[in-house]
Amino acid sequence: MILGLDIGSRSIELVGLIGGEVVLSRKLPTTFSPLDQCSRLLDGLRPASLVGTGYGRNLIQRLALDCECSTITEIKAHALGAAHLFPEAGTVLDIGGQDTKAMSLVDGRVLKFEMNDRCAAGTGKFLEYTAGVFQIPVEEFGPYALKGENPPEISSICTVFAETEATSLMARGESPEAIALGLHKAIVKRTANMLRRVGLKFPMVFTGGVANNPCVLRLLAQAVNGEIGRDILIPDNPDHMGALGAALHRHNGNAARVA
Amino acid sequence: MSDTGHHAMWEKLNMDLEAHDGLLEVLGKFYGDIFLSQENRLTGAEYLDFVLSEVHGLRIRELQDAKAEGRKVIGSFCVFVPEEITLAADAIHVGLCAGAEAGSDLAEQLVPRNTCALIKSFIGFKMAKLCPYIESSDMIVGETTCDGKKKAYEAFNEIAPTYVMEVPQTKSTAARDLWKAEVVRYMKAVEEMTGCTITAEKLKEGILIANGKRRALQRLTALRAASPAPISGRDALLVNQISFYDDPVRFTAKINELCDELEERIAAGGGVAPADTPRLLLSGCPMAVPNWKLPYVVESSGAVIVGEESCIGTRNSRDLVDESGETLEAMIDAIADRYMKIDCACFTPNDERLDNIEDLAKRLNADGVIHYSLLFCQPYTHEALKVDKALQAAGIPMLSIETDYSMEDVEQLKTRVEAFVETLA
Ligand code: SF4
Ligand code: SF4
Repeated sequence: MILGLDIGSRSIELVGLIGGEVVLSRKLPTTFSPLDQCSRLLDGLRPASLVGTGYGRNLIQRLALDCECSTITEIKAHALGAAHLFPEAGTVLDIGGQDTKAMSLVDGRVLKFEMNDRCAAGTGKFLEYTAGVFQIPVEEFGPYALKGENPPEISSICTVFAETEATSLMARGESPEAIALGLHKAIVKRTANMLRRVGLKFPMVFTGGVANNPCVLRLLAQAVNGEIGRDILIPDNPDHMGALGAALHRHNGNAARVA
Repeated sequence: MSDTGHHAMWEKLNMDLEAHDGLLEVLGKFYGDIFLSQENRLTGAEYLDFVLSEVHGLRIRELQDAKAEGRKVIGSFCVFVPEEITLAADAIHVGLCAGAEAGSDLAEQLVPRNTCALIKSFIGFKMAKLCPYIESSDMIVGETTCDGKKKAYEAFNEIAPTYVMEVPQTKSTAARDLWKAEVVRYMKAVEEMTGCTITAEKLKEGILIANGKRRALQRLTALRAASPAPISGRDALLVNQISFYDDPVRFTAKINELCDELEERIAAGGGVAPADTPRLLLSGCPMAVPNWKLPYVVESSGAVIVGEESCIGTRNSRDLVDESGETLEAMIDAIADRYMKIDCACFTPNDERLDNIEDLAKRLNADGVIHYSLLFCQPYTHEALKVDKALQAAGIPMLSIETDYSMEDVEQLKTRVEAFVETLA
């Protein structure tokens, strides 16, 4: 079995392939001890090879596995995963826990990519943090925001400033749902710009945990003028795309660089 | 880094000994990790290691000895300051580095927070009393190449003797006249300070010395076109960095020796990385000592750097001063013309830079270009967009990086650079 392990800032996903077929997928939150979480995910498995990806990809060196180990970046991994499920994909958008990435693809290969700068502006973290202001779990934040109308303009995409802005809008009596919608709009605006910079081509595959957020999805479709299901495609498990891509990298027999 | 036997000298230069010891310690460790850990290094790299280990020691001792004999030291921050003239007055020309974060917080008292790391660094080094070159300089020459620097020299003049050259912003005839007048004015200022009259004979000598240095650097650049890459980008960058402050005649001889060794290595098919390693050209803002962050990240991501389109790179060595002039007037013209060819992002328009990058990438057989700009650097971040467009049209992939001297974004840089390298493989 070939394993792909995506060590992200918020969650760690594991996908196992045999003969190119997904035979296993697991997920755990990253927590403060990602190494322990990795060991937990790998418990009882004896893979022939493992490919690490994600922001913590180099941690695999410390797992002391007795199989062939290598790493690829999450940019390549998401592209491989997306292109595998949707070979016609022209663009991949991945909004993860702490990074947002946009990639343009040609024949499944990354041609150009963009990634957010240092801070967590416009990433899953932004939504998680601002959801906290409303005291609702991040999973419910999207449906909640969809109930909003006439969203106020949130001018800051800085996670911390946006919180301040949201709080003062509340104090001004704006409806919380509308504010939540405004926050979603702020990150979608930024994401759409990033997509334009890499040269957005449909169909676009949306991966990463934030692809599960229905509000982001709807706003994004509006912003880029695309139809969900035709121009914008969401895999069944958008957050497993990195791990899948990592495993596929090995399966496809690409010369893996040993980490 | 320099041993502490030089303490008395540093104390005399009114430096902050404790802070300086701290800086040397960090630098030493950094140097070890980034340079000494490399495999397949050239024997000639011993010179680089030695010069760098004595950057604040023996070289400063040399400057002090020269000063004791009545010679003057001129410090500069930009490749526009004509070294030929400094040399003709028997003065010593050193490029001041400004490549570390130390003292940057102090600098925010004199320049705005949103200023590029390079400016903050030179102001910070002076304020924190960390740089023996600044303290040894009898005159520091600034230039009006960007708004940040232009205003920063006003503030800097209050803490160090600063002379400013007006660099034009276009390449028109009027601009060329202005620049020539500035070259003449600089010559007068240098004569006045050194008490030395610059004759045609002396200027010729200055031109030959500076050209000699450039020829050695050009030779190095050309050799890097070989595959496998015969020298690491880190070592080559170090050569370029050292060219700014070591004695030019010694430097030229040592680099030519290094090139001899490179030629042998190339003839034997040797290199620092396997022949199929992706080759990258670095392009953009200058990388002053000890700003080695990006080159290190790139070369630990499975790529090798084969050239630097930068002021600490080909922008400093590409063009020679015409050596045929015999009169002072003709030589000054030749100097003015040579410097007007510099394709600094401060010029508008600056299209020759686009051609130069494309040409260099092709000549060095680069698979891609990494464009580097310092955060808050208007000229180069603007040009990053233009360079991207031009290279795209030429079918050369490019990655744009914007960063500063801090280490907080190293992981993100690694992801970006690795992903870029993956797209090339
Ligand atoms: S980039 Fe321009 S201002 Fe900076 S050193 Fe080079 S020539 Fe001078
Ligand atoms: S040109 Fe850019 S990097 Fe150089 S001093 Fe000006 S702002 Fe800083």
